[in-house]
Amino acid sequence: MDLGFDVVALPESNHPGVGEVAPDFTRPLVNDEYWKDVSLSSLTAENPVLLVCYPMDGAFPATYIWNELRDRDFENTFDVTVVGLSISSPYEHASFITEREIDYALFSDPQNEVAEAYDIVNTLDGMAGVSEPRPAVFLLDTDRTIQYVWVAHEWPEFPEYDAIADALATHCESV
Amino acid sequence: MSDPSDKPAITLYRLQACPFCERVVRKLDAYDLSYQSRFVEPMHSDRNIVKRVSGARTVPAIVDEETGVTMSESANIVEYLDATYGGAN
Repeated sequence: MDLGFDVVALPESNHPGVGEVAPDFTRPLVNDEYWKDVSLSSLTAENPVLLVCYPMDGAFPATYIWNELRDRDFENTFDVTVVGLSISSPYEHASFITEREIDYALFSDPQNEVAEAYDIVNTLDGMAGVSEPRPAVFLLDTDRTIQYVWVAHEWPEFPEYDAIADALATHCESV
Repeated sequence: MSDPSDKPAITLYRLQACPFCERVVRKLDAYDLSYQSRFVEPMHSDRNIVKRVSGARTVPAIVDEETGVTMSESANIVEYLDATYGGAN
């Protein structure tokens, strides 16, 4: 973004990088009909996974990110499972999926422990006691090894969608 | 950690805080049966998955792949669980 002034820089992060194994977790995974506890590793066991960490449902970055991912429709081009993760509750995810008309499932992590494990915690100024993941994208192979990673360094900052497309073209089969 | 072969045979469709659903959970726990929970939303119109599986939009509903049984109504389910898994207890 070029706003003509500096946006907030986020602190350094020791998030897992390319070649490292992404931490596993189990959280409610919400689709358009129900939710159930699902582990990340059970998803990667089936397919490469694009894990998209994003601000809480209802924040405008969440809307922008999922509108873009919906329109890019990566799952119809590449052999990959796209999943989201935010601190929003399963009920909010269910509404968000309907409103944004997205086909992707979303992990619910209200305690933000996944972001802690990935060192991508974004503590929200002016919302006491609330933290969420900073925007981040991890492309994982079927062993959960990270093939591509993007983590926001400013707030706000948006994923580099063309770079994601390039990473998918490099690491995932076409369908 | 979640080997697909470990997938529980019983799937319980449930609504958070629904006492009829909790009644079934207590029975599943009493017989030490492993199950996976699929939570649906309060509005009946948002429960197409349950309708497709069981023929009705009511919860609780269970699918037991061990026996091929799909069933709604907590009293029926409890009776079924007693009859199927309660013998040794």
